[in-house]
Amino acid sequence: MEGNYVLQWFLVKYNSIARLGNLARKFQLQNCIPSLLALAGFFLLCGLVLQIRGQNPLEFYRIILVSGFASLDEFGYVLFNATPLIFTGLAVAIGYKSGLFNIGCEGQLYIAAFAAAWIGIHLNLPSFLLIPSCIGGAMIFGAGWGAIPGLLKARYGAHEVINTIMMNFIAFALMNYLVTSVYQEPGQMIPHTQQIHEAARLPRLASLLPVLPQSNPLNVSFLLACGCAVCCYVFLTHTRWGYELRLVGNAPDAAAYGGINPGTVTIWVMALSGAVAGLAGVAEVMGYRHRFLDNFSSGWGFTGIAVALLGRNNPFGILAAAILFGSLNKVALDIEILLEVPRGLFLAGQGMLIIWLVSIESISQKFFNDSQGTKRGD
Amino acid sequence: MIFELIPSTLRMATPLGFAALGGIYSERSGVINLALEGMMLIGAFGYVIGTQASGSVWFGLLVGVGFGLALALLHAVATVTFQAEQIVTGIGINILALGITEYLSPTTEQVGGLPHWKVPFIGSYSFVVYLLPVLMVLSHILLFKTPWGLRLRAAGESTEALAALSLSRTKWQYIGVMLSGIFAGTGGCFLASEVHYFTKGMTAGRGYLALAAIIFGNWRPLSGIAACFLFGFATALELANRWNIPGQLLNSLPYILTMIVLAGLVGTSRPPASLGKMES
Repeated sequence: MEGNYVLQWFLVKYNSIARLGNLARKFQLQNCIPSLLALAGFFLLCGLVLQIRGQNPLEFYRIILVSGFASLDEFGYVLFNATPLIFTGLAVAIGYKSGLFNIGCEGQLYIAAFAAAWIGIHLNLPSFLLIPSCIGGAMIFGAGWGAIPGLLKARYGAHEVINTIMMNFIAFALMNYLVTSVYQEPGQMIPHTQQIHEAARLPRLASLLPVLPQSNPLNVSFLLACGCAVCCYVFLTHTRWGYELRLVGNAPDAAAYGGINPGTVTIWVMALSGAVAGLAGVAEVMGYRHRFLDNFSSGWGFTGIAVALLGRNNPFGILAAAILFGSLNKVALDIEILLEVPRGLFLAGQGMLIIWLVSIESISQKFFNDSQGTKRGD
Repeated sequence: MIFELIPSTLRMATPLGFAALGGIYSERSGVINLALEGMMLIGAFGYVIGTQASGSVWFGLLVGVGFGLALALLHAVATVTFQAEQIVTGIGINILALGITEYLSPTTEQVGGLPHWKVPFIGSYSFVVYLLPVLMVLSHILLFKTPWGLRLRAAGESTEALAALSLSRTKWQYIGVMLSGIFAGTGGCFLASEVHYFTKGMTAGRGYLALAAIIFGNWRPLSGIAACFLFGFATALELANRWNIPGQLLNSLPYILTMIVLAGLVGTSRPPASLGKMES
């Protein structure tokens, strides 16, 4: 009798383990391993640097755990930091899935942010019309700025990486010109436009959820970002266009054989990527600052590359990675104040993380040839 | 009027030229180098802390070049040995350099500049300025007239030819990338030695501009440096701010020109055939 129970317990237990394994396989959890390894390396390195500085690394790890998650207010800041990174991460991933590198997110989000600000200042409409037109206008401009390198690649074979970099610098110059010479708020030294209409502003979540203090900057654009991640997931895995996009990325020859025009796909993928990157500008202008400020982005377009890599180009992975980076940004601030460690440490760590992630991916691909990670098509 | 702009053109073009020369070696060996920006930045940083620590500008130069080389080594290990995505690695290195230099930011104490040489009819410039045309011609000869250059280019053009000669692609790519670190580091040293201090992110996109010059010059030293002088002239015009042209337009002119050339609308620009390709 006794043995029977043990056997039964074992069978039930074994069954549940096997089921867990199946679940893990279903959600491709083994894909998380390189990301987790790289993260562990990142935290170890930061701890080591602090040890060398003569500070207690354990105190640092405690701050990491506490800083972003001790209260709802602090977690709100984390999600607020994460919002633009979700958009840029998704934008990079959309391009990457079809074998394109969109390094131009930074430029696209500036152009889109300016479009949103311009519409929000110059159109006088009720909220339910003005907010969609601001967002729509911003996405169109972001898409247009992204589509140009796509078009140049499809039509002339010019590499999209170089062109997106060039377009970044052109966007910076254009924005600087517009905001210092044409649309600067009168009587101000700061290079920013005037404020957008009340009706164009996205409400703060604090006004909807009384548990958040009024000072918390988390706003509706975060919900927009979550919705965008879900839409991207459905689009990439459950629609014909998503299939075409992935096919062009993974097997361009098969795509061409199957009657898909890779040039057309290149153009609309870059446009889509630019539109999503543009939403990061929307989050800034309509959700937080309510005006366009020159040089507002602190490298979100480039951090988006790290976010997409860490999230393995999976929309939900990107959501998690962006929240992680959002909390790191907050930790960097706290560490600077509490331990007097310059936040450059985190920037350096982020760079190292990117290098590790791309190296680990290829190392693991060498060792396990069955890796399901996306491969870039040439 | 144009003559007044020569000194600032030379000063603007020299760091670009060094980075571009380095980039040409790396890209000719088949490794995309977006890390020029970071290598220049850490070169400038190394020059300043090296000079501050020892009081000698030569030691500063050595440290700057050494730092550039160290980043190049990192790029080479990741992209050549581990076959990591070259573009992403380059961007990672740029972020790393920005972070390191911000974390260890040196004091604002001014440092001495590299020695100036007085040459009749030309003027008095840092010796690095005179070094650039010499290295440009040497690089041209080395890359296009010697077996050494042929092999380096074979790593970027035709892996099969290299394999047929039983030469290691890895070795030549390491050489190409390391040279880019040395050159870009020197460019950064020059940048810091002209202004006598280090500021956060002081390269301000010059590494990417050098990349544009490489493409504009069709991956060749002579035309690449010519492009650097053209871009330097545009910057000098912007600084002189005389003809009431918006500075931002002059600022973005090099990028617009590069896009036009890359698209083949005016002239052609053809990258090395195996640029960015991994071993399969």
